[in-house]
Order: sequence, then C-alpha cells, then structure tokens
Amino acid sequence: MRSARAHLGFWIKGAQALALAVAVCFSLGATDAGSRFTNLNHRLMCTCGCAEILGECNHVGCQSSGQELAELRGGIDAGKSDQEILASFAAKYGATVLAAPTAHGFDLVAWIAPFAVFAAALLGTILLIRRWGNLSGNNKEAATRTSDPATDALREKIRRETGDDGGI
Amino acid sequence: MAAFGSLALLIALALAAYNLFAGAVALRLLATGQPAPIQPERLADTARRAGIAGFVAVTAAAFALIWSVFANDFSITYIMEHSNRALPAAYKFSALWSGQEGSLLLWAWLLATYGFVLRLTHKNDVKLYAYAGTIMAGIQVFFLAVLNFAAPPFALYQGVIPGDGNGLNPLLQYPEMVIHPPMLYLGYVGFSVPFAFALGALMMRYPGEKWIKITRVWTMVTWLFLTMGIFLGMHWAYAVLGWGGYWGWDPVENASVMPWLTGTAFLHSVMMQEKKGMMKSWNVWLIFSTFLLTLLGTLLTRAGLVSSVHAFAQSSIGSWFVTFMVIVLAVCIFTYVLQRSHLKGEHHVESLVSRESSFLFNNLVLLMACFVILWGTLFPILSEYVQGNKVTVGAPWYNRVAVPIGIFLLFLTGVGPLLPWRATSFRSIRRNFVLPVIVFWAAVIACFAVGVAPWKDGAFDTGNFYALVAISTAAAVLTAILSEFVRGAGVISRQSGRNLLVGTWLLVRRNTRRYGGYIVHIGVVVIVVGLAGSAFNRNVESEMALHDKISVGPYTLECVGFTQDSNLNYNSEYALLDVYKNGKKSFQMTPEKRVYLASEQPQTMVAIHSVPAWDLYVVYEGTNPDTGQPIIKAFLNPLVGWIWFGVALIVFGTLVALVPSLKPAQKGAHQ
Repeated sequence: MRSARAHLGFWIKGAQALALAVAVCFSLGATDAGSRFTNLNHRLMCTCGCAEILGECNHVGCQSSGQELAELRGGIDAGKSDQEILASFAAKYGATVLAAPTAHGFDLVAWIAPFAVFAAALLGTILLIRRWGNLSGNNKEAATRTSDPATDALREKIRRETGDDGGI
Repeated sequence: MAAFGSLALLIALALAAYNLFAGAVALRLLATGQPAPIQPERLADTARRAGIAGFVAVTAAAFALIWSVFANDFSITYIMEHSNRALPAAYKFSALWSGQEGSLLLWAWLLATYGFVLRLTHKNDVKLYAYAGTIMAGIQVFFLAVLNFAAPPFALYQGVIPGDGNGLNPLLQYPEMVIHPPMLYLGYVGFSVPFAFALGALMMRYPGEKWIKITRVWTMVTWLFLTMGIFLGMHWAYAVLGWGGYWGWDPVENASVMPWLTGTAFLHSVMMQEKKGMMKSWNVWLIFSTFLLTLLGTLLTRAGLVSSVHAFAQSSIGSWFVTFMVIVLAVCIFTYVLQRSHLKGEHHVESLVSRESSFLFNNLVLLMACFVILWGTLFPILSEYVQGNKVTVGAPWYNRVAVPIGIFLLFLTGVGPLLPWRATSFRSIRRNFVLPVIVFWAAVIACFAVGVAPWKDGAFDTGNFYALVAISTAAAVLTAILSEFVRGAGVISRQSGRNLLVGTWLLVRRNTRRYGGYIVHIGVVVIVVGLAGSAFNRNVESEMALHDKISVGPYTLECVGFTQDSNLNYNSEYALLDVYKNGKKSFQMTPEKRVYLASEQPQTMVAIHSVPAWDLYVVYEGTNPDTGQPIIKAFLNPLVGWIWFGVALIVFGTLVALVPSLKPAQKGAHQ
C-alpha cells in the first residue's frame, strides 16, 4: 500500500514538473521580425470573404490579402507591439479579422469553457469510477489495487492464448 | 422527365408516410395486444413492403435527375444552375450533389437504399427490424417532405430557357469530388440505421444486447464511410484549394468530424455493454447524439448559420432541419424517460487502472473533442448574441485547444489496449509500459537530433512543441501496439510451431475485431505523425520569368516555359517547371490555372510530387498584372503522404474487424 502511494506520488510530481515546463515554454514568444510577421499573419484573417488565414490566402485575384500583409509589415517596421498591431487591425476591419477570440471580456469564455468543461468531466469520470467501484467506501484498497501478480499473469496468459476478449 | 421525377418523389413520400403510419399502428397493436380488423403482423409487412417500394420510387427520382443532367434539360432550374453542355460526363454525376436540392435527393436515396437492405434482411429479427424500419420511414418522410415542398429538384425554369447552363462550381470539378460527397453522405445517412435500431430497441424494451451485435456491422461500415469521406475531403482541399494545407477548421469540416467523434466513442463504449453490461444509457445517448450531429452538420451546411467555404450550398431550409431536430430530440427524450428502467446496467469498475476505466477516459476525451469543435463552431453565433458582434474562431484557437486533446487521445490509444479488464498490478504496468516509455524518450532525443525542438530562432514554437510531443507519443504508442502483436503471435508461434509471421496471421484471424482495431489504431498513429509534419512546412513565392529559379528544401525549380490550352469547358494556363534535386534534373511539374467558360470562375490546379518524406506542392497563382509575369508558390510539406497512408491502414483495419473471427473448431483445423 505504501509502495503504491510512493509510486502515485512520483507520477504526480512528474506530471507537475511537466506541466510547469509546458507553462514556462508557453509563456515565451516569438522575437525576430521574420517570425513575428509569420506569427502575426497566422493570427489574422483575410477579409475578402474567403474565410482563410491571412498568411495562407492565395486565391486568384484576392484584393485584400496583399494590402493587409503590407499593413502588417508596416506595423512591425514601425515598432508596434503585437497587441497594438492586432488592435489596429480589429479597429479597422472589425473583430472578425482576428483569427481567434481575444483574451478579454466575453471572448475569454471561448478559451475558458473547453478547459472548464474538460476539468469538470474529468472529475465526474473519476468520481463515477470510484462510485462504480465503491472505492470511496469500505473497499478503498481497490483504488490502487495491486492484484496478485501470479493471478494477473495467469489471466494475461489465458487472454492471449484464447484470444477471447471481445474487441480491443 | 421533370414531371416523372416530381411524380416519383410524391409517390415516394406517400409510401414513406404509409410505412410510418402502418408500421406504427401495427407495432402499437402488437405491443398492446388489442384486437384489430387486420392482423398486426400482416399490417407490419405491408409497411415493410411500402418501404421497399419507396426505395424504387426514390431511385426513379434520382435516375430522372441524372437523366436530365445528361440530356442537358435546362428547363429544370437545378440542371440549368449546376451543369452545362461541355461538362465532362463524370462531373455530370457530381451535379446530383453540387446543390441543395440534388444533395437532399442523394440523402433520401441513400436512406432509401439503407432501408431497402434493412427491410430485405428483416428475418434476422422481425420485430426489431419492424421498429427500425418504421423509425427510418419517419426520417424518410422528413426528407421527402423537404424535397416535395421546400427544395424541389425538378422545379421548372421561369422565363426563356437558356441554351446552356451555368456550369458546375469549379471547386467541384476534380476527380475526388465525384466520390467525396457520396462517401460523406453514406456516413451521415448510415448513422440513421444504428439510431433507428437503438431507438427501436428502447421502445420495445428489447431484451439483451443482441441489437448491438446486429447494429455493430452497420455502425462500423457507416463509420468507415464517414472516415473515408472526411479524408477524401481533406485530400480534395489539399489538391484543389491551393493554400498548402488540408484542414482549415471550416464549420462544415467541423460538422463532419463531430458525428465521427461520437460514433468512434460509441464503437468503443459499446464493448463495455457487450462484455460487462455497462453504460447502456450512455450508449443509447451516444448514438442519439451522433444522429443529431449528422443533422446539425447538414443544418450548418445549408442554413448559413456560420460563414464557411461551403457557402455555395446555402439556402433557407434551415428552419425545416431545426424543427426536425427538435422533434427527434423530443422523441428521444420521451422514449428514454419512459423506458429508462430497461437500461439499468451492472456498473462495476474495480480499479482506476483498468480497461474499463480506459474506455471511460477514451469516451471522455472523444466527447471533449466533439464539444470543443462544437463550441468553436458555434461560438461566433453565441458571441453575436451576447455582445452584438461576431468573432472568428479559427485555426489558432483550435490549435491551442483541440491539439492537446488530440495528443491525449493518442496517448490513450496506446495505453488502453495494454490494460487488462478489471484490474492490473504495478508489476504488469511496468512490464507493459517500460518499452514504450523508453521508445518515447528515444524518440524525443531523435527529434532533437534532427532539429525538431520546441523552439525556433531562440523562441518557443507551439507548432514544433506539439510536433515533438505528437511524434514521440506516436512512436511510443506504435511500440505498445506492435508489442501486443508480437507477444500474441509469439504465444501462437510457440504453440503451433509455425513462424512468427504465420503466428501473426493466425492471431489476427482468431480475433479479427481486436486486431483489426489495433490496425486502425496504427493508422491513427501514422496519421498523427503526418499531421505533426505540418509544423515544418516551408514555402517560397516568386514571380518567375523564363529560366528563373526558386529553391525550396532540396529542390530547385526552373521555369522552362509557359503555355496555354483550352477545351469546351475551360481555358488554362500552365507553367512548365523542371525540378532539380542535388543538381540533377529529376522531374517536371505543371501547375495550372483554369478559367471555366460557363461560370467564368478561375480555379488553381496544384501540381504535387509526393514522396514519403514530403510533398513538393506547387501552385500557379496567376500573373502579376503590372509585369505580366507568372507567380509561382512552392511548398515543401513534410510527411503529408503519411496521412493518406494512415487512412489506408484505417480502412484495412476496419475491413479486418468486419471479417468474422475463426471459430474454435476452425482454429483446430488450421493448426
């Protein structure tokens, strides 16, 4: 039991470290002008009605993408920040020119809702499994069940040799 | 022919209505045992026969439309708007689904065809099939009512009949467009069948799980069609739209994935019901949701609720679909509430680390992915309602939100099959997982070695990071799945004295469903690797005069000429590009731009040279109006071919899973 808890603690710490590393990585941003240009033109939409990302619009005779790309290049050359450039595009062309909702006001809901629902659903699933297994009550040991390795191996052997386990 | 087609549709509607009404009355009489002037069994059989006759009538209507296209009957508005005399024969078939009315007719015809097969095989279980057939008749009544009253395909052109039609949308004049929409529709419409069985089984309180076994093949075949439809659409977008990608998170693309995700969840969770008697309510609602999502997909395509590149299909029949969806949902809820006691399962999970739990998490992640896509698709409407202005929810949002979920799903694809039913030990986990974990870290190191690192130019790069995680996880998952094959084949090999290859063959034959499923998982892994390659796409764009050169990756493209061509359907301009690799001339590419005469619309035709490592993808973008020089854009898209290969593996795996396993006696005979 103690060994099981130690294992669990190890995995939790590992997951925390990984999450921290990911968060640190995500907090960094693009720096040089070339990658900024590419990054920004993939955060904007072409306004001609083609419903394509600005940096990827190449349809024949597009009247909008060239002008927008020139404006973007001008903004970068003028030393504006990413936020200033995006705000100026939104002011000129409307909010639909931004390829993703902003992180302000009601738009923030677009970002939060999926993760909130996922967290709730994950919690619900874990609680459901515990309930179905009666894990929270007097059968707590089964939560980190360490079935007899010999039985486990036998079950595995039978399963493989009979191939009789239904689907996947 | 217009009168014949209209009459056929009207007769089909009458037959479907009779099928629904007579079927419902007969089943009610059977359920209550009330005396009636006609035997309920006979009444039910007349309903079934009406369904078969309905198939003939809808087929006649579809035939009439196709005939009219080939006969260039421009007195029919639909033909005038979607075809022209010079349209090649293969694309004349495409006219059937190129517009609103035709694609609804295609839907009705496919539904009638599925119903025809279902009604012919009714002896498998007469009563259950009678329920399913009646429910399908209800769905058919809706589509035929729309075809007869809201979107008639045989409406006559008002005014002087033109000598030629407007032609087919240029986007649709591509070989895959002859098969992509029918495949997608086979998938969409096909989910009506498991829906009808699920609802019918619930209505009649069908004992046991036999209905699941009956619908399993239907569901898998339907899922396969939908899978192929989605990927054919991706390939079409890649080869025709000319932006170098294959998936743009367009609302209509999203609409096709949502039922695929819930259908995939159903295919997994249904095993829990078969083996453990668990998740009965869940499975019923999964299949209800899948069917409703197919309708939502059609609604999004047709009603123009959200802006889409598929806007050519928009019309005003959205309200019909909304009404129908509300009715279907109400029937589902009513039936469920009435019969929910029949769905009490035997819920028992011994451990968080077990096959049962992995199925639950698999369902959780698949439904989360569905929710994320639905949320992203509908958020612009919600935003407009709440704050008065629409916003765009495009690729950057999906890449941040949906991709991590996809990687988690990939992880479960590898972990799930390694966990035994009921419970497992840490020792067993260590034994099964040590190799995949080693491979994961080896893949991380290998990725770093070849330059796949989560940063670029000194800054963190989300795309590279996802690619690194996806490729490493894919390697680990592939190892996990292959080790399952090797372990199983090793046991058989030792038992039978055959070599490992024969052992693998026997292993698969003994449990086609399980190992077919594994092959499907391998296909998914291969696809993920292909998708991860998009993080390293490169492109170069340039005006090219004669003998100008541009380079992308290991290739140098030299312009050796420009030419023009024309036929009755379109005029075209080509660039002739010699492609050099390592200084040697390797091949020639001819990207093209067409202008279709009937519609006067331009269209790019991309030139693609595909090898396992990458695609060289060249677009003729047009000419610079100032200089008159052609503009060429060349992309180097790594690993794209893996996506299509992965799809082939999925198709193969699904076909394997559909083959019945060897029975024990046959096993003995084989050995």
